[in-house]
Amino acid sequence: MAWTRKDLLGLEELTKEEIELVLTTAESFKEVSTRDIKKVPALRGKTVVNLFYEPSTRTRVSFEVAAKRLSADVINVAVQESSVKKGETLIDTARNIEALKADIIVVRHSASGAANIIARHVGISVVNGGDGWHEHPTQALLDMFTLKEKLGKIEGLKVSIVGDIAHSRVARSNIWGLTKLGAEVTVCAPKILIPPGIEKMGARVTHDIDEALKGADAINVLRMQFERDEQKAFPSPLDYFKTFGITRERLETAKKEIVVMHPGPINRGIEMSSEVADCPNSVILEQVTNGIAVRMAVLFLVTQGHDQRDENTH
Amino acid sequence: MKILIKNGRVIDPANKIDEILDILVDGERITKVAKDIPGNADQTIDAAGKIVMPGIVDMHVHLREPGREDKETVGSGTRAAVKGGVTSVLAMPNTLPAMDSVDTVEKLKDIIQKTAHVDVYICAAITKGRLGKELTDIAGLKKAGVTAISDDGGSVGSGELFLEAMKKAKANNILVLCHSEDKSLSRNGVVNLGYTSTRLGLMGISRESEYKCVARDIDLAAKAKTAIHITHVSCRESVEIIAQAKKKGIAVTCDTAPHYLSLTEEEVLDYDTNMKINPPLRGKEDVAAIKEGLKNGTIDAIASDHAPHTDNEKDVEFERAEFGAIGLETELAVNITELIVPGLLTWADLVKKISFNPARILGLNKGTLSVGAEADIAIVSPDDEWAVRKDDFCSKSKNSPFIGRRLKGVVVTTIYKGKVVYKKE
Repeated sequence: MAWTRKDLLGLEELTKEEIELVLTTAESFKEVSTRDIKKVPALRGKTVVNLFYEPSTRTRVSFEVAAKRLSADVINVAVQESSVKKGETLIDTARNIEALKADIIVVRHSASGAANIIARHVGISVVNGGDGWHEHPTQALLDMFTLKEKLGKIEGLKVSIVGDIAHSRVARSNIWGLTKLGAEVTVCAPKILIPPGIEKMGARVTHDIDEALKGADAINVLRMQFERDEQKAFPSPLDYFKTFGITRERLETAKKEIVVMHPGPINRGIEMSSEVADCPNSVILEQVTNGIAVRMAVLFLVTQGHDQRDENTH
Repeated sequence: MKILIKNGRVIDPANKIDEILDILVDGERITKVAKDIPGNADQTIDAAGKIVMPGIVDMHVHLREPGREDKETVGSGTRAAVKGGVTSVLAMPNTLPAMDSVDTVEKLKDIIQKTAHVDVYICAAITKGRLGKELTDIAGLKKAGVTAISDDGGSVGSGELFLEAMKKAKANNILVLCHSEDKSLSRNGVVNLGYTSTRLGLMGISRESEYKCVARDIDLAAKAKTAIHITHVSCRESVEIIAQAKKKGIAVTCDTAPHYLSLTEEEVLDYDTNMKINPPLRGKEDVAAIKEGLKNGTIDAIASDHAPHTDNEKDVEFERAEFGAIGLETELAVNITELIVPGLLTWADLVKKISFNPARILGLNKGTLSVGAEADIAIVSPDDEWAVRKDDFCSKSKNSPFIGRRLKGVVVTTIYKGKVVYKKE
């Protein structure tokens, strides 16, 4: 099948086949990063603008590395949110970037829907690098890529996502993507961090970490953002660790070959013990490596999708 | 000047009329309603195949003047009104400055006098600056000619203060209009709390934030023994609570808006900020409950909650966009499409909800086609279908949730105080 979208805004709107296409495209790009000369000319002459309204080193660097390995030119624009309130609107900023004749905007924003709004107002490609609590599609794609690499398939897998589901774009994108590929998804969090209607997205809900671990093929542990915990769901990070943290003892009750994932950055001793983070089941650093291949695939595919549209409209 | 409207289907629930009749207007008033009135008028309007109804009395409109003339003015808003068949509006007090003193009311009355195309009644604020701290001079405002009081856009947070306001409203025989919302529950929400807020990753506004405040406001009204009107009812529980209060004999009335009887939260799909409204668009079962409430009489009225905002305020991140939608130019057609076409309400029922009942609730001598009444009349082509287009609005703002939709029912002529103020080309 061919990719026809100019944007990647979320996994909700993708079909199973489109997700599979990203994963197989990423497989072929992964090899590039193992070469002496880590570069292919796929996006030579193209310009990728990383428009980041939220501080994020890892996602921004990952996109930058991915774009450079495709031979694209990369420009990083970091916008202080406080200055946005007085200055240019999101749409104006995006249009200005388009006027620079950039080809792709990768946008990270604290407002859910920011990428959708930009995509409605510019003709160039838009890739969502994480918007509010909404979606983080490339993170979920790299999670799935890693799972598939480790376990050979996605279909039929039992995947548990643990942590602040309510405020997590990683959780939402993973639920959409994994369920489309036939995995069974369980989300695990205290009641206050489970958003209403999450079952309708296809996830099973539990509030018991031991239940989430039992029989799971993989566990995706989200970063707890205590700075955002205005409802005070937990008296302290230590309390969270006691109730939901992944420890060696808890992991021993799970399947021996359970895959442990984390989108990073890890709070050691809060979401999981150091021991677990560094154990053989942990694929946390492989996720980072795979992130490059997946983002290369996404940048490549949206460019194709954009060019195809251009041809059709001319 | 005499106008003769011939052969229209006259709908006048005040006089239990629904038949083909002629109406004669002489000067500002209706002078005759009968079959085959002989044609000796200055102007004769052929209304065959058309609905002839009292002009709409829209009891919830934001005209934004003074202070936000970039969004709307009394002039532009009432121009939009006549296009929608609306001949009386109640202007909300969340202006800049707020409508919280006799002085600001007098200034607005002057603007209305000079620029309004229809009757504009004033709803003043309950508290100074609408800040919920200190009551306005309710007696003085009443004397200045204010029709109702409300802190619309928000509730009076303090129950004690609101009770005091209700007692003063009763003493001064003025209606209290309640925007019932518990801010401690709705907080920073932007869409209905539930699957939609979860799917879109947006803060949700719970139904409790509305209906718990509806219940509180009704309790206070019962205590103060005064009449209150709950505006823009959006959820099932509110309808149930109001139905129970009515059964108990509490003097409560309410309205809903066209968008709550036609649109669900699913319309917010892809972050369409024109669908960002407060209270938010709710679920299917809420829309069904609103329709049922209209049918069984729990909901007395339909008002537009016309809330103009500029493109600048809507073309932003969803969570930063202003709440509200314009409605004056689409309300009748939405009501026809959603309520008349499917047979949920008769024309007489609808005219009660949009003309007769609002006039009665506000204590206005409007909403009828009685002989001797002021000639505020809308003539409507009920089966004509039209597409709602952004460029066609005459409101200064274009933030309609109905853009792109096809609706039934076109206002062809609007008469205000015996003068044709709108005629469709």
